[in-house]
Amino acid sequence: MKKMSISAPEAVKTGALYASLAGLAFVFFFPFYYMFIIASHPRETMFRTPPNLWFGGALWDNVHRLIFVQEQVPFLVNYANSVMIAVLTVVTTLFFCTMGGFALAKYDFRGKKFIFVFILSTMAFPPFLNIIPFYRMMVAFGWINRWRALIVPGMANAMGIFLMRQYMEESIPNALLDAARIDGLNEFGILTRVAFPLAKPGMGVLAIITFVGSWNNFLGAFILLPRLQSTTLTVALNTLNAVSFGEFGMVYAGTAIAILPLLVIFFLASRQFISGLTSGSVKG
Amino acid sequence: MTAITRMWDKIGFNQKLAPYVFVSPFFILFLIFGLYPIGYSFFMSLFDMRLVGNRGFVGLANYTRLFTVDEFFGTAVINTVILLFTGSLLQHVFAIPMAIIVNSPRVIGRHTFKALFFAPFITSTVATVIIFGMVFDHNFGLLNWIIENVLGMEGIRWTARSGPIKATISILLNWRFIGFNMVIYLAGLQGIPRELYEAAAIDGAGTVQQHRMITLPLLIPIIFFGVSLSLIGGFQLFDEPFVLLGGYDTVGGPGQGGLTIAYYLMILGFKNGRLGRGAAIAWVLFFIILIVTTVNRLITNRLQKK
Repeated sequence: MKKMSISAPEAVKTGALYASLAGLAFVFFFPFYYMFIIASHPRETMFRTPPNLWFGGALWDNVHRLIFVQEQVPFLVNYANSVMIAVLTVVTTLFFCTMGGFALAKYDFRGKKFIFVFILSTMAFPPFLNIIPFYRMMVAFGWINRWRALIVPGMANAMGIFLMRQYMEESIPNALLDAARIDGLNEFGILTRVAFPLAKPGMGVLAIITFVGSWNNFLGAFILLPRLQSTTLTVALNTLNAVSFGEFGMVYAGTAIAILPLLVIFFLASRQFISGLTSGSVKG
Repeated sequence: MTAITRMWDKIGFNQKLAPYVFVSPFFILFLIFGLYPIGYSFFMSLFDMRLVGNRGFVGLANYTRLFTVDEFFGTAVINTVILLFTGSLLQHVFAIPMAIIVNSPRVIGRHTFKALFFAPFITSTVATVIIFGMVFDHNFGLLNWIIENVLGMEGIRWTARSGPIKATISILLNWRFIGFNMVIYLAGLQGIPRELYEAAAIDGAGTVQQHRMITLPLLIPIIFFGVSLSLIGGFQLFDEPFVLLGGYDTVGGPGQGGLTIAYYLMILGFKNGRLGRGAAIAWVLFFIILIVTTVNRLITNRLQKK
């Protein structure tokens, strides 16, 4: 009997809960939807009152103009650049951070604790602190407009080493390493043939963080890769947005193409993405 | 060739040496690309160093002029602090209740909502600014249409005045990062035993009271962490205003409404060629971040002792 009497307010509570969730979901997802609306309208129907809330018929036309007609930015080249830079950054970062993390997780050596604390403390420096001399240095090296300027400085970074150390400390048994040593593997062999395969899940997390960071990086590519032919998608989109007055359909189609692959992968593997991208914070 | 192989063998087989070799890339890269430019940045800040040459030692003049004759630095600090509150810290006011809602045992499909709220976080700043461009457009934007036709008020020139510029940047920041903060709080909430709430309910505490008495105090370590991230990120705000307001040339848009500390630093160092003054701002920024994160820690410690 008692259950019956409280069930009515319970239903109201549940209803209110779902209503607020639906409202929030709308607010957070609407901009993505709106991006496709704009991307699908031709110039003639772009500016209307009331504003467009449904798809127009010019999506393909806008994509076509973006890729084959406009000459402000080499969109496909920039796309390929972004993919290549992200992949190279991920590969090099995984290698060097796993290597560094392995040393801190599985070896005993003099100064280990100091080295670990030192590496962690370097994270306290804001990137803007050295950005002006860093840029002058890149100019002196002749690295401006070269991808290595974006890839090399961060490939053995403190966050990645910390993450890999935390992962490998728990997941790689010492006995296995000793067994490999007895079998005659040298330390590099142990790193590449024993540690790397066992560290794969941790590397997956670091790969996600690094890829998303590289793909979305604006400031670095903006100052280090000023030439449109060698720069990334984010910089190219920024340029396109600035120079193509009123060509919203084209610009939005470009934006959609730029973020769609990552969004799709994100929704397919959202658990891994979310836990990966917050792992530095939740566990730390 | 054989010498190199022998050397590799020597390093490779030496269990004592191997860990040093494995961490050495970090130190080599940090020395070249981190520490050296940091030191050089301090050196720069004491000189009237320009793109075209060094005009000599000026002591702390680059620093003192920021607080005396510089016409933009004060504005940049005020803007950054305002945006820190409305763009970065406000997020936590939304993120905690959202995490509580999503964490409710009544919610089915919790993960789907989590993913929806988190999606803006993986979207680049440039894409975010472009997407919101048509929402905030003065003449044809969705938001002004709603303001004019539904609320019956006059449309706002979102990127033409100092105040609305800040509102626009704040909305962008909130949209992009609330989901991230929510996920952090959600992880914290899942560590709070449900029995605590049940016991409080038996004692007659309502939902709001339960969260005030149980949730908030137990979330303090996570609030500290989230606020630290927001302070560090908020003081270095650059991408959003820079992309939204069209880069170096507009100096933060009409009325310098979107000029932040980092934005001004970049203008001095990269556009105006005033490397010494830019470097001085970088150090001031560093110390501001150091001070506010320390204060945040002290406040958190005091709250936790209670």
